[in-house]
Formats: sequence, structure tokens, C-alpha cells
Amino acid sequence: MLVRNIFFAVVLAVAPVSSAFASGGDTPTPPSQSWQFEEGLFGMYGTYDKAALQRGYKIYREVCSSCHSMKRIYFRNLEALGYNENQIKAIAAEYTVEDGPNEEGDMFDRTAIPSDAFISPFANDNAAKFANGGALPPDLSLITKARANGSNYVYALLTGYEEAPHGADLAQGQHWNKYFAGHKLSMAPPLMDGQVTYEDGTPETLEQYSRDIVQFLTWAADPHMEARKKAGFRVLVFLILFAGIMYAVKKRTWADLH
Amino acid sequence: MGSGPREEFDNPVVEWIDSRMPIFTMLQKEYGVFPTPKNFNWFWNFGAIAMFMLMTMIVTGIFLAMHYTANTELAFDSVERITRDVNGGWLLRNIHMNGASFFFIAVYIHIFRGMYYGSYKRPRELLWILGVVIFLLMMATAFIGYVLPWGQMSLWGATVITNLFSAIPFVGEDIRTLLWGGFAVDNPTLTRFFALHYLLPFVIFAVVFLHVWALHVTGSNNPLGIDVKGPQDTLPFNPYYTMKDIFGLILFIIVYAFFVFYAPDSLGHPDNYTPANPLVTPPHIVPEWYFLPFYAILRAITFNFNIYMLAGVALLAVFMVEFIWRHSPKYLGKSAGIALLVIGGALALFGLLAGFNQHWTIPFTDMPIPLTSAETSPISAKLGGVLAMFGSIGLLVILPWLDNHPIRSARFRPLFRIFVIVFTFSVFVLGYAGSQPADRVYWSTCIGDAQACEVLAHGAGHGAAAHHEADAGAEPLVLKFDNTMLAQAFTGVYFLFFLIILPLLSRFEKGRELPTSIHEAVLAKKQKAGA
Ligand code: HEC
Ligand code: HEM
Repeated sequence: MLVRNIFFAVVLAVAPVSSAFASGGDTPTPPSQSWQFEEGLFGMYGTYDKAALQRGYKIYREVCSSCHSMKRIYFRNLEALGYNENQIKAIAAEYTVEDGPNEEGDMFDRTAIPSDAFISPFANDNAAKFANGGALPPDLSLITKARANGSNYVYALLTGYEEAPHGADLAQGQHWNKYFAGHKLSMAPPLMDGQVTYEDGTPETLEQYSRDIVQFLTWAADPHMEARKKAGFRVLVFLILFAGIMYAVKKRTWADLH
Repeated sequence: MGSGPREEFDNPVVEWIDSRMPIFTMLQKEYGVFPTPKNFNWFWNFGAIAMFMLMTMIVTGIFLAMHYTANTELAFDSVERITRDVNGGWLLRNIHMNGASFFFIAVYIHIFRGMYYGSYKRPRELLWILGVVIFLLMMATAFIGYVLPWGQMSLWGATVITNLFSAIPFVGEDIRTLLWGGFAVDNPTLTRFFALHYLLPFVIFAVVFLHVWALHVTGSNNPLGIDVKGPQDTLPFNPYYTMKDIFGLILFIIVYAFFVFYAPDSLGHPDNYTPANPLVTPPHIVPEWYFLPFYAILRAITFNFNIYMLAGVALLAVFMVEFIWRHSPKYLGKSAGIALLVIGGALALFGLLAGFNQHWTIPFTDMPIPLTSAETSPISAKLGGVLAMFGSIGLLVILPWLDNHPIRSARFRPLFRIFVIVFTFSVFVLGYAGSQPADRVYWSTCIGDAQACEVLAHGAGHGAAAHHEADAGAEPLVLKFDNTMLAQAFTGVYFLFFLIILPLLSRFEKGRELPTSIHEAVLAKKQKAGA
């Protein structure tokens, strides 16, 4: 047994020093950013920064939404970003959707209302691929849950474009990204300094944009996070008190044994 | 559940019912005054905890089923709607999703307890086997449940696992078609899986009932592993163990609640948040964590089981049964035993090595070794993997007969204790191996010409090494230790533990002296603590 343990210890000790023969990607782990939604021990006090969510939504509307759908999000959900009913109605009214059939059996266009989902930029996946050189821009409603370490990953991705190393052959429309598996990403850098105008004086830099859109996408993937953490706190306090009581009851019950 | 003599209850309603159907008498007998060893430790909490988890899964599952749609076009969306729009839906889903993990945590600890304290031994063999049946049903239920949200891992996990069945000779293909309801994992698969996922938990419930029934016939084992000798050894279940179980359960729920509220997705795979797509295979298909050790065993079998190997193992098995398990040989003499051991061992070893080294030839010729190829091996690597995976659980069924040492508890069997711990450790290592890509290399080295090594490492075309491509000098020797080898080594430990170590220990381990009674052991411990 001792031999086996030593053997295993050696294996583990050597493991991180991946030799030249080791397979596995050379994609670095996205560095952890500090996020307001992850504040506190285990993110227990995390909340969404509404101003950041609104800025992130602006970036989505002005930039990402020309390629990426977010079809699980409805205009009515924007209430969580701090918009009131009229503002939401006004935002929705900027879009048209196809509806129908009407009484005469025809499809018709109408302005969107709060109960409509975000409008997708393409009619279907094939259209989206066709417009993007064969690559499908994924729906962003769940993107931070659909990638390991999602929020940090998307931030790293948006800020991780680099000059391609010598000898790397990129196909037409591919861009070298440090954090994308395989590095060849078919999305041109979507953001650059000064691209989106902020009315509240927040710096208009790539880093700030990336932080804001990530917070928006994190909210979109996990809209009940605040309610969940709040409920969790109450449940844990209750359980711990209950455990204390049960501990005393158990002790009392067993105390009369001799 | 007898209808024998009955004591009257004071409450008239209870009495009215009980005199017509003595359900309260039964409860009182089985859970009220039920005599329970007084020396339980916290490991004895996990049966009650598993029961709580089963109820939790059934209740949350039924409410999820009210909103879930079993259709490949709609399933993913319906689960998203549950978490986004159904009132309290996110909570329901988090409880159910993490509940599966915590159910398995409870059951794994429960099984470990059974092994460590020898609870599977006479007279509790049937109780133990019913437990293994529950475990198998749970695995089926959880596997099928994971398919329901119809994400990428749902589809591809289901594809990998259902394809395994096709390795079974003769009926394999038919079984697979039956599981699929077609020619691939598709809508008919999803609808039948949903029906089964609704059904199986109730089957589990029924088997749990039998499990508890059997328990209440034999009574509980205890950390000393000795029989209850009289009333001074026991306590009535209520209030002593009801209160202790509730306290332990709350502690368990605290950890569970932490995951439900603060890390609900940490035990799942991110790929399952991408809708299933039959055209895109995920780079790395992994099952949920609770299946990983078995997945590692499945993938460890990368070689065919050839005739030599099987013949060798059969001879060794005869030796083990006749000379070790039986304690004194019944049919064979000493020299036959030695012959079995030597010939069996040599054949098995040779078969294994030849299975690994398909390029071996008969010395001084270039003829391959006969009967070692894939076509001539009775058991292909794929079937071997499936057999090993199911066999690893099948061994649990026959555990009471593999280990027939008279002492139950590992406390009084120092050698058994060490090996149970090694075994548990090997299950953890297998779990790790199951989570890693099969070709992950942990360590490697290249012996030989430095430049040739360079070519091997970086492929031709890299730097100076490229010029040496042409001269076919001595081929360098590459030694490596990869994930498949890790899984193979610890699969070996897993099977050796059951098939060799346990019978040997049953035969040769002396064990320590047992205390005369539970009561006296408890008193002695108290005095020691007081002094
Ligand atoms: C011009 C079209 C276009 C725009 C604008 C665009 N993207 Fe993309 N995006 C794509 C395409 C195409 C892909 C698929 C790339 C691939 O698979 O190689 C993609 C992929 C992604 C991915 C997934 C990467 C992965 O891990 O698979 C994320 C995240 C992403 N985009 C975020 C954004 C964000 C945030 C914005 C807005 C700031 C944005 N994109 C704007 C076209 C676009
Ligand atoms: C033995 C008890 C059970 C186990 C181990 C179990 C396990 C699972 C697992 C692992 C999932 C996938 C979780 C996810 O990724 O969302 C799941 C989903 C599901 N289960 Fe169960 N389950 C059990 C009982 C039940 C019961 C009794 C029902 C209904 C009567 C049920 C209904 C569902 C439904 C509708 C889903 C899909 C919704 C979802 O994915 O959240 N389950 N189950």
C-alpha cells in the first residue's frame, strides 16, 4: 500500500509539469475578475449593479445584437435593470415583430410590446451562419452558464484578441484569441475604445465595455440570482438555528442514559 | 405487520382505526419501541438521510413534471421556462438537480458504512442485496433524468451510454433499438425516458420498503459488528435515534442548501446549458460526477480479452474457490493446486501482455501470436469494458460470499481495515480518472537520440529537427503514463480487492478479540473517557 501511495504521490507531483508529449490545450484559464455579483464569501452578498446592467444592455443593443440573438429574454424582463413600465414600452416600440395570422389569415408586422422576446437578428441558424462566414454566433441568453467559469471567460474572450503568432494560418474571417479553445475565433473583435457612447460619464474603454456586457449577460443567464441568494440566507439561518435546537434536544434525550 | 395482541390507544380516532387496521401498532413497533443498538455512530444517519432525499426527489420531480415537456423541440425551452418564469421554478429545479448529487453522496456514504462495518454479512445478505438493487435503480433513474433537459451532455451522454448496450452479444443491437425507439437518440428516446424517469423512483420506493422490512427482521448492525445479546444492549428507536437522526439530517441539509442557493450549477456540466445538437459533438463527453468511477472502469478496458487470458483467469478462479475460499480443499490435492496457480497465473499474464502488445510476434519469426487478435478474442474490448463496468457493481452483490470472515467490523480486523481504506481511495482515483480525457498524459520521457525525440514531441517541420526526418536512425523509446493507464491500474486495484484480497483475508486474517457485549463495550468506553 505504501508503495502504491508513493507511486501516486509521484504521479500527482509530476502531473502539472506537462511535458512536450502531453496532449491538452494551451488555452490559459481566464483570470478571475472581481464582480459585484460575486461579492462576499462564496458570492453570498452578490447583487447586480443596475447601472452596469443598463450600460451592458446598451452594448448588446448597439453591437452584439447585430449577430447574436437572446431569445430567452423578454422586454418585460428589463424591469430588473431598473427601467419602468413606460421606458420598457418605449424600448420595445423601437422593434417590429411579425405576428398573425389575422382574421383574414395574413401575417402582419406590428410594433413590439413588453411581452415579446428580444428580436433575433436572423430568421434562422442557416441565415446566421451564411452572414458570418459559416460560423454560428451562439444565442447569448445562457452564455455565461454554458461556458466553464462563464463570466470571467466572456470577459477574457472580449479582451483577449492578439496578434496571431508567426506561422499560425488563420482562414478568412478568423481572429486569434488567447482564450478561445483552439484560438481561431470566427468573431471579429466586436468592441473597441470609444465605440459606444455612455451618457453617465463612465469611461468608454474596451475593458469597461467588456465588464458591462458581461454583467448584463450574467444577469440574463441567471435573473433570479439576487432572490436566490436572499432566500438562501434566510434558509441557512433557519437551518442553523434548527440544528442548534436539535443538538440541545438530542443531548437532553441522551443525557438520562447511564 | 401482525394482527396479534394489541394494546389500546387512548385517542379514540387512533383506536378506531387501529382496531380495524393496526397501522399505529405497527408504527409503534417498528419505529417507536424498535430495539436499536445503543452504540451507533454518525455513519448510521445516512439511511434516514437517503430516505429524505428520495422523498425530496419525488416531490420536486412531480412539480417539475407539471411544467416539463418531453419533446426534443421543446424540452430545453421548457426547463428554461421553469427556471425563469414558473413561480419558484428556479428553486424547484435547483433542489431536484442538486438533490440527485446529494442523494448519491448519502448513498455512497451509506454503502461505505456497510462495507467498513461488515453489515453485508450473515444474516443481512438479502438486506444488502436489496440495497445494491436500489443503487442500480438510482443510477438508471439519474442517468435518464439527466437526459430530460436535452442539453448537449444529455444527448451525447445518452448516446455514449446507450451505444454500450450494442456490445452485448446477440441481443445488444435489439436492446439499443428498444432504448432508442428508432435509429438514434431522438424524440422517441426522450419520451420513453421521461415515462421511465417518472416510474423508476416509485419502484425505488417499493424496494426501499423491502430493504427496511428486511432490516427490521434482522435488526441493525453496529460499529462493533457484534450481535445484540439482550435489552441492555439496545435503546428504543424513539426518542433516541429519531432525535439523533433529525439532528444529523439538518446538518446534511445545511450543506445541501448551500449548494442549492449558492452554487447550484457547480456540480453540473456547462455544456448542458447549450441545447442538444446532433451535428456538434462536444470535445469531451463526461457523465455526472457520481458515475465517474464506473465510467473510468468502462474506459480502462482498451484491450481484447483473448483465450489465454480467459483460460488463465478460469484456472486461477478454480484455485481461489478450492484452496482459499473453501478453507480446506474438497476435490483437489496440493500438487493440483500448485499447477493451477502456476499455469493459470502464467497464462493470464501472458494473455494480458499479448492483449496489450498486439504487435508481438512468435520469437524468431514474424508471425503474430495466434488467437490474440480482435477477431479471435472471445470478448472484445468494448464488451469487456461493459462487463467490467457492470461487473464492478455485480461484485457488490456477491460481496457477502467473497468475504466470509466471521468478524464483521473493520475495527477488529486491522488488515481488512487497511484494504477497505485503500479500496475507497482507489474509487476516488477512478473518479478522477473518469473526469479526465483518456489521452491526457501525466508523465512522459523520451529515451534515445535527442533530435529524434524532438521530432516526436513537436511533429516534423519544427525547427532544426525537421532536417533529420529522413535519417531513420534508432527509434527513440517513449515512456509515458497517461490517463488510460491510471484508470487501468486502479481498476486492477478495485477488482483485486474483491476477488483476491477479500478471500485471502477471510482465510488468513486473525483479527482482534471481540468485546463480550455492546453494553460492556459502551461502559468501558465511558469509564475510559471519565478517567
Ligand atoms: C459580426 C458579428 C458578431 C458580433 C457583432 C458579435 N459577435 Fe460574438 N460571435 C460571432 C460569431 C460568428 C461567433 C462564433 C465564433 C466561432 O464559433 O468561432 C461568435 C461567438 C461569440 C461567443 C462564444 C465564444 C465561444 O466560446 O464559443 C461569445 C461569448 C460572443 N460571441 C460574445 C459577443 C459579444 C458579447 C458581442 C458584443 C459585444 C459579440 N459577440 C458581437 C459574431 C459576432
Ligand atoms: C430517485 C429519484 C430521482 C433521481 C435520482 C432523479 C434525478 C434527476 C436528474 C439527475 C435530473 C437532471 C437534472 C437537470 O439537469 O435538470 C432530473 C430531471 C428531472 N426529473 Fe428527476 N430524479 C428523481 C425523481 C424524479 C421524480 C419522482 C420525478 C417526477 C415524477 C422527476 C421528474 C424530473 C423532471 C421533470 C426532470 C427534468 C427537469 C429538469 O431537468 O430540471 N424526477 N432528475
